[in-house]
Amino acid sequence: MAKLKQLEDYREEIDQCVKCGCCRAHCPAFGAVKHEGRVARGKIALADALLKGDVEMEERFLLDMSQCLLCGSCYSQCPNKVPTEEIVAATRLKIAEKKGLSTFGKGVATVLKHQGLMDFGAKAGGKLSSLLFKKLPEDSGMQLRFPAPFVTKDRTLPPITAKPFRDRHPEFIEGEKDKPTVLFFTGCGINYMYPESGDAMIRALKFLGINIIIPKDQNCCGLPAVSAGAAETVETLAEKNQKVFAKHNYDYIVTACASCNSGLKNVYPGMGDEFADYPEKVKDIFVFLVEQGFADKLDELPKAAQRIKVTYHDPCHLRNHGVTKEPRAILKALPQVEYVEMENAGSCCGLGGTYSVYHYDTAKQIGAKKANFINESGAELVATDCPGCIMQLQDSINHAGGKQKILHILDLVADALPD
Amino acid sequence: MLNTEFIAKLQQVVGAENVSTNQADLICYSYDATQKQFLPDVVVHPSSVEEISAIMKLANETGIPVFPRGAGSGFTGGSLPVGGGIVLVTTRLDKILEIDEENLVATVEPGLVTEDFQKAVEKVGLFYPPDPASLKFSTLGGNVAECAGGPRCVKYGVTKDYILGLEIVTPTGDIIKTGGPTMKGVVGYDLTKLICGSEGTLAIITKIIVKLLPKPEAKKTMLVMFDSIDGAAQAVSDIIRNKIIPTTLEFMDGRTVDCVRQATDLEVPDTANAVLIIEVDGDKEFLDKQASRIAEITKPLGVVETRIAETPEESEALWQIRRSVSASLRKVNPDKFNEDICVPRSKVPEMIRKIDKIADKYQIPIVNFGHAGDGNIHVNVMIDSKVEGEQEKADQAIEEVFKGALELGGTMSGEHGVGIMKAPYIPLELKDVAVDYMKTIKKALDPKNILNPGKIFPSDV
Repeated sequence: MAKLKQLEDYREEIDQCVKCGCCRAHCPAFGAVKHEGRVARGKIALADALLKGDVEMEERFLLDMSQCLLCGSCYSQCPNKVPTEEIVAATRLKIAEKKGLSTFGKGVATVLKHQGLMDFGAKAGGKLSSLLFKKLPEDSGMQLRFPAPFVTKDRTLPPITAKPFRDRHPEFIEGEKDKPTVLFFTGCGINYMYPESGDAMIRALKFLGINIIIPKDQNCCGLPAVSAGAAETVETLAEKNQKVFAKHNYDYIVTACASCNSGLKNVYPGMGDEFADYPEKVKDIFVFLVEQGFADKLDELPKAAQRIKVTYHDPCHLRNHGVTKEPRAILKALPQVEYVEMENAGSCCGLGGTYSVYHYDTAKQIGAKKANFINESGAELVATDCPGCIMQLQDSINHAGGKQKILHILDLVADALPD
Repeated sequence: MLNTEFIAKLQQVVGAENVSTNQADLICYSYDATQKQFLPDVVVHPSSVEEISAIMKLANETGIPVFPRGAGSGFTGGSLPVGGGIVLVTTRLDKILEIDEENLVATVEPGLVTEDFQKAVEKVGLFYPPDPASLKFSTLGGNVAECAGGPRCVKYGVTKDYILGLEIVTPTGDIIKTGGPTMKGVVGYDLTKLICGSEGTLAIITKIIVKLLPKPEAKKTMLVMFDSIDGAAQAVSDIIRNKIIPTTLEFMDGRTVDCVRQATDLEVPDTANAVLIIEVDGDKEFLDKQASRIAEITKPLGVVETRIAETPEESEALWQIRRSVSASLRKVNPDKFNEDICVPRSKVPEMIRKIDKIADKYQIPIVNFGHAGDGNIHVNVMIDSKVEGEQEKADQAIEEVFKGALELGGTMSGEHGVGIMKAPYIPLELKDVAVDYMKTIKKALDPKNILNPGKIFPSDV
């Protein structure tokens, strides 16, 4: 039985916070409003007080605990490596246990889990869309207003695809015999919003002769439910996914979404022994591609005469786990790309799972800062490795009145590959 | 618990949204980097000097203590609300009011984060040198109140050397200016220097006038490993005797080097028993010459290896060894008591030997690193406070370390201040008449003892 870690299990980690204040320099939510309850140090003090019975789950406490993007910026800079994002997630589970899920949290849980129990797959796409993406005019591109429930009015979103990614490809694509076999965990972002990025990945993998499995019955990773505090949903989805993966023979599970990668690689292993080999098996697509010598192959392609200035945004869920070089290596090797580094490439985009639903104003402030860094870099395109970041960054650029396009690195890879 | 009438008055001054008495907020403003906790009764976030003045007047009427707080990152408890009262947070006052490029002076508010200020002046080719390790999050108000130091002090001096003037609110609520934007000024007592390092006990700082320097064109980093601490210490003296004042001269002793070796995969040869990280700054053309001169000077002193960084990335890699210390130490023992004694720089090796003896006597690991160039040693007593008797041993060891530093003509604290942590040890360093002299000043300026009480002095005023 998959079981998420509880707040009580983090006793030792909580004690490791020495209250130095380093997190104050790196927390995006604190950067927007400098209130100690927003920053990692404050949240750890509050989690500690909750465990000791020194604080009630009153309004201020709930607000402070909701003011976290689970981005792990604090963790990546913490001298003692205290996993605040995990401690906050565990505190939210406790809150949900006592107070029940929020309305939105219930929505997330119902969609993700219910569909999960009832063969969450291609068919669920429509249902997911109808809950989250209702009344979405298909011809309005990125600049549309979004009147669906729980979504703030002026958020701009990409259109939902008519044909989800997993309906576009067979479940098994054979490559060369001596090449590894990868299981592609698509995630919801690639499946419903950015299937072309998935198509691009298939082309890159085929180019290398890799064998590909795309299980049709795979589920959402469950990370949005972690953010909402819906423990049972996360556990159910993890179990379902584990059963799906177990049906196949593969060398690696690859992801093209930083959040899914983090869900599988970092959250699942805490839920039971059956996930023990995930940290080793689950690979971000660019880590895998670099290992397979793809950057060198791209380097061999003739460079374009006119190259586009491209910068890279580090998704929190990759940066926290040390994946920063590989996506850049691929970008730098692309023949049509002139790579420029932006200042604070590793700062959070402001999405933070369900965070931007509750705190869209703060998310917008964080996004505006990021839009500034993008502007200053002089890049025309911003490439990244996470559908959530793409959505949030494009929204921030739209609000800032910028012209830059945000896309997945894979989209650029597709342009570079010979037909 | 404060009465509702008093809270209502505070709300009138700063607005209801900037006054908080709920438990979660009180917890969030109850601690600092000492990890001690004292719950305040109320937290206020004022946004102007007038509001702060009004708060101090209210506090005087009622006798309720006020505890000024910046980032709450101090190591001695300077901002802790001991005994309860009002925590007054300065983070809303975080603006740069002026950068005067003609006079090389800037005026800032106290809640401004040090690094944000440094970045802003560096954008126009200017330089604010004081660089406490906490500069990414500590505030300038806190830096002034504690007279913060940092690695660059060996060449550039400490915070007080850069403060030309202040605007302050006195403990009784008056607003006064000390000093001003001129390089010279001798009218009356030098209150600016008195406030610098007074740990928030004599005034609340509301504006800071800062002296700036032109930004050095470039810097060069090198790392020299020695087979003994004596070689490293001799190197410090010899470099300075040769008329080279590096920007930083950071050292790590043998026990620190051991920790780094065990905890990281950074390359540190087994024969290295002390490390110096040396940085020089100035015109580009002189830096290579200086670096090779330093390599020459240190060569006969038992050098195991010298690394000179040629690129910013290489420089970063050298600093990585120093930065990995903090996390490495935790693998020795979970609890760290970080003291910051300072001795004349020629006495550093003698001090390290004294500390090694103390560590052997009490059988607890003590690791030392810090700013060799100015004799400021960070002494880290590593214990597991859950083990019975360890805390007592640590306390005794720390007292002996302080005594050792004083015997060598040094001080208990180079840059962290006294706060509540070192208050019990004050009689070791200061004679009664000296303490009385200070207390007399405190009493005269703060008759009701309501501004940051319980700090610095062993028994309350």
